[in-house]
Amino acid sequence: MPASEGASLTTSSEVVERIRERAQFVRLETVRLISIAKTGHYSSTFSCAEILATLYYGVLRLRHGDPQWPDRDRFVMGKGHAAVGLYPILADHGFFDPELLDGYTRLGNPLGDHPDMTKVPGCDFSSGSLGHNLSVGLGMALGARMTGRDFNVYALLGDGELHEGQIWEAAAAAGHYGVGNLVAIVDRNGYCLDGKVDDIITIEPLADRWRAFGWDVVEVDGHDVPALLDTLLRLRDGAPAKPTAVIAHTVKGKGVGFMERDFGWHLGWLAEQDEAAVIRELKDEK
Amino acid sequence: MNLNTDSLVPRGADGQPLAEGSWHIPSMLLKSPGLLALGEQLGALVDDGEPVVVLTPDLSFSNGLWAFHERHPERFLQLGVSEQNSVSVAAGLATTGLRPYVTGFASFLALLCCEQIRTDIAYTRQPVRLIGHHSGITFGFYGTSHHATEDIAIMRTIANMTVVAPADHVAMGVLLKAYADHPLPVYFRMGRGREPIVYEPDDERIRPGQAIVHATGDDLTIIATGTTVHPSLLAAEELRAEGHSVGVIDLHTIKPLDEAAVVAAAQGSRGLMTVEEHNVYGGLGGAVAETLTDRGIGVPLLRHGIRDEYAPIGPPTHLYRHYRLDGPGIAEEARAFLKSGRMTSDVR
Repeated sequence: MPASEGASLTTSSEVVERIRERAQFVRLETVRLISIAKTGHYSSTFSCAEILATLYYGVLRLRHGDPQWPDRDRFVMGKGHAAVGLYPILADHGFFDPELLDGYTRLGNPLGDHPDMTKVPGCDFSSGSLGHNLSVGLGMALGARMTGRDFNVYALLGDGELHEGQIWEAAAAAGHYGVGNLVAIVDRNGYCLDGKVDDIITIEPLADRWRAFGWDVVEVDGHDVPALLDTLLRLRDGAPAKPTAVIAHTVKGKGVGFMERDFGWHLGWLAEQDEAAVIRELKDEK
Repeated sequence: MNLNTDSLVPRGADGQPLAEGSWHIPSMLLKSPGLLALGEQLGALVDDGEPVVVLTPDLSFSNGLWAFHERHPERFLQLGVSEQNSVSVAAGLATTGLRPYVTGFASFLALLCCEQIRTDIAYTRQPVRLIGHHSGITFGFYGTSHHATEDIAIMRTIANMTVVAPADHVAMGVLLKAYADHPLPVYFRMGRGREPIVYEPDDERIRPGQAIVHATGDDLTIIATGTTVHPSLLAAEELRAEGHSVGVIDLHTIKPLDEAAVVAAAQGSRGLMTVEEHNVYGGLGGAVAETLTDRGIGVPLLRHGIRDEYAPIGPPTHLYRHYRLDGPGIAEEARAFLKSGRMTSDVR
């Protein structure tokens, strides 16, 4: 994706349509890959499908087929359990052979439930242990400063992940050092494994928390592609003086009615008949 | 490096230095040459062109990085009291081509950050160096929260990790430099920087992965690492004066272990004794026992160290005496071992 010459070019309806189509692709591929593994994180991935698609098809400065390009923007997936939605995108960018997707989670395949940077080209950092990757992203962003490169780092965090104390260690340091090339995107789908995030341990007032740590905050509908794209491009091209938390309000299980209504679909598997119905629902919606 | 250490001296209201003997955190460095040397050694790596970044969780005086900061502030990152964040930030820095050195008390670095080290550094193969100082019971009466008698065991079970415990700051400097380009993570285990000097500068025997055989002995070989090397050498002298033939090996690189040196000692001595400022489970003694067992070598082995307990309150030197980890104590343990049924029995 070339650096944008102006917002009008990159927020054109063509780009928006492409991102929407790729978000649907992420959901359909997620269903397909989980059918291979017979277990997977459907609803956590569906809530961030537009976020992933917007980043990878509208925001990140990447070179097709060159996953190690030193000046690329970095993406770290704090909520590593949504990696099943990232892999099809990385293959789509020519970072690895899409045929590998067909062996998702099978013995010796590089693609597991959580991403491994030593095995998956284009995966900028491994994850799976919640709370680590904002620190890692901060290290990358500081590394850009120290090595004289101007890339940005985007960290996708689950809202349940914000229960982890290390998140706030990283937030404090990033705020203190004014690390403007770091963007945290919170997938605020409202649920963690045991139920509602704010019933378990509330993370509100969320925007105020980030601000108190020295961050700018933007709240956005995480399924509204033009809004996401506009927000993230402004941050990419605006050289902010502070790190920014984008609180993306999303729906866990977005796109599949019965998953939207039942937090249990954080992890699961669909038998053939139910899978076919889900695919029909996803295809009809767009 | 010729650093002006004037700013470290404690001063009274009149701006004059306080009486000889008064000390505070910055001036403590002047009493810890090993830690002051660490800052200078890391600074020398930058001077050599290494892409070093040093991270500290609010311990730049406690670990001598003050000297590094004086020299290379642009390569110094202060992260406050957040050890876990520091380790993961180091992982991110490493992905950009930098070579991060995370320093901290061994208790917090190796124990508190065990999972960040495993998941963010070792699993991902990042060339981060972890320097755990004040290891073992060197903290004395600061108590168990500040002790690390588990760190060798933890670090050596982490795949991709190298574990090194230099005996003094000369060996630390040599090994720090020797591992500068190592493509995978390294854990350096240090004392509190007041360890007696064992090695002459530029001693050519100090090489990564290679045990240093100070002496061989028919009766017993003492295998030591880090802070226990110096007292083991003292113990061996004492035992030799009594007519025992005693060897000493400095096994500074605990992983990968110099197995040939251990096997040679087992073949050349009637018994082996490991000495470590660590729990006897899983550390140096454990590593040596595994090596012997794997090869079917049935030599009597005494694993000497902290025997699966937490240390009582006491100054470091008193604790070493309590645990028989000083020269006379190690000699006493060795004497008892040499006389014991384990050494004289035919059941080998």
